[in-house]
Amino acid sequence: MKALLLALFSVAAFAGEALTGAVEKQPLNMSAIIMFLIFVGATLGITYWAAKRTKTAKDFYTAGGGITGFQNGMAIAGDYMSAASFLGISALVYGKGYDGLIYSIGFLVGWPIILFMVAEQLRNLGKYTFADVASYRLQQTPIRTLAAFGSIVTVILYLIAQMVGAGKLIQLLFGLDYEIAVILVGVLMILYVTFGGMLATTWVQIIKAFLLLSGATFMAIAVMAHYNFNFESLFATAVQMKDVSIMAPGKLVSDPISAISLGIALMFGTAGLPHILMRFFTVSDAKEARKSVFYATGFIGYFYILTFIIGFGAIVMVFQNPQYLDLAKQAVDGGYPILGGDNMAAIHLSHAVGGDFFLGFISAVAFATILAVVSGLTLAGASAISHDLYASVIKKGKTDGLMEMKVSKVATVILGIVAIYLGIAFEEQNIAFMVGLAFAIAASANFPILFLSMYWSKLTTRGALIGGSIGLLTAAVLVVLGPTVWVDFLKHADPIFPYKYPALFSVTAAFVSIWFFSITDRSENSRKEKEGYEAQFIRSQTGIGAEGAVEH
Amino acid sequence: MKQEMVDRIKNDPDFLHLVKTRSKFAWTLTIVMLVIYFGFVLTIAFDPSILGAPLSAGSVTTVGIPVGVGVIISAFVLTGIYVRRANVEFDELTAKIKSKAKGE
Repeated sequence: MKALLLALFSVAAFAGEALTGAVEKQPLNMSAIIMFLIFVGATLGITYWAAKRTKTAKDFYTAGGGITGFQNGMAIAGDYMSAASFLGISALVYGKGYDGLIYSIGFLVGWPIILFMVAEQLRNLGKYTFADVASYRLQQTPIRTLAAFGSIVTVILYLIAQMVGAGKLIQLLFGLDYEIAVILVGVLMILYVTFGGMLATTWVQIIKAFLLLSGATFMAIAVMAHYNFNFESLFATAVQMKDVSIMAPGKLVSDPISAISLGIALMFGTAGLPHILMRFFTVSDAKEARKSVFYATGFIGYFYILTFIIGFGAIVMVFQNPQYLDLAKQAVDGGYPILGGDNMAAIHLSHAVGGDFFLGFISAVAFATILAVVSGLTLAGASAISHDLYASVIKKGKTDGLMEMKVSKVATVILGIVAIYLGIAFEEQNIAFMVGLAFAIAASANFPILFLSMYWSKLTTRGALIGGSIGLLTAAVLVVLGPTVWVDFLKHADPIFPYKYPALFSVTAAFVSIWFFSITDRSENSRKEKEGYEAQFIRSQTGIGAEGAVEH
Repeated sequence: MKQEMVDRIKNDPDFLHLVKTRSKFAWTLTIVMLVIYFGFVLTIAFDPSILGAPLSAGSVTTVGIPVGVGVIISAFVLTGIYVRRANVEFDELTAKIKSKAKGE
């Protein structure tokens, strides 16, 4: 609590100074500020309402388990359509054209796989976290420790991307210092999650998804209206502004290894993201879980088509437009750099199509997007700490729900502070690729354990522990030695590992080593674990026994 | 779950039927999605010029645009196909298995 107060105090202390200095640089956009304040007011109202209804651990982690399939589909979309997707992918389309579409498609195709393979089974087997499922018939301490670790790493990587987006956006909109903006996001997120738990988080995500889809639809229609809804003339103008290469695949996937590796990271990574998997515990049964994915896939797919149009819209209306040009940067580097960098392409476009008022709306929506996503992430990270590490590993299940909830709230505050710190440290990284790293680890550690625990009767604790750790380490080490960290971040000349996406190697390493260390496991424990598969399989297929587990 | 219940359900013909048809259906759809997606990215990796070709003579729009949007739509359609069948057929079977497991 002390830390929270301290953070709040420093926001108040710095905000005054920063605003006076910045107003001169950046005209105050009143409509943006008012819309932003309305959103914050409304979400804090929801948090207050949710706080009164959040009495038990089940309320805190899963909103009581009474969210409908449609609501959950919206919330999943709200969770998944992050600032990195909206700003990062439209920036990628803006910068590289068709490559942006290839990247966004990768983010979508994991959803059908989640539906066919894990959604219903998760709902039938789990309670609060995906580690409940992974450790269902295995030893609690090692498996939960590993799953919690995988969750926390994924959550933190993803959080960094969101925080960087938040900082840049608010900097551009309000002229606030980057650091202040990041702290503001961190503090609001801590308030939502600690007081309102999953219920507040879910509704913040639903409202945000609605606002984002509406805003993006308006932008896409406004762009297309300029070209009489004729894609050919939109593309033709864009090609004149840039060159013909934006209409064809570029360097994003240049060789088969990278292509497969990126695909595996995005597909299986989606199915291993802890904040996404956690959403399946908020619905009542397998049927609602399944409907959630159907709606979510529809919303997300539609959204990616919109970001593609928005990216091209930005090429024709923002690129080379003197209004959005960063003159200081142009004087040094040449070319046509835009204010705030490429990630701000969609934001500038909103101004180009709808003026100050709509810029205000989209900025407020983008900010809402960040708040919704970081809340979901933080809740998932905090649950891994409280439900998996504290309640199951440290206390061996001998704790009550209230104590677990308290630990979860403390963990939320700590994660919030870590996110603020890292958000500031990673200011200059491309946020879309940052999310790519989170996916590689989710695909290589979380997903293989989860998937094999559901479908492979011979999985043992030893196999899952060693194999999962190998997957996680391989992914992390290859990312560090690869171009994104070794060259771009650590400034070495050449990468030690040549590929940007390690998933092909790390996911394979995980599956092979889980298999090998399971089949060679002849311990007494492993025999029992294999015997436990039948009962688990029946429950995962039919949901028999699941209702009981949800109630206590 | 008690062992006798496990034994009863695992030999229930309805359960066997559910597991068999659903897993066959789910795997088929999974493979369809994998083939569509990896077909798409491997085309890009091996011969990007296929997708970079103009859609019709002289057009700026490339083959890649409708193909890319098609992959997005196919993902949504596949989830729809699964949900439609599962909501009726698989849920009915599950309900039958459950009532037998509880009733007998």
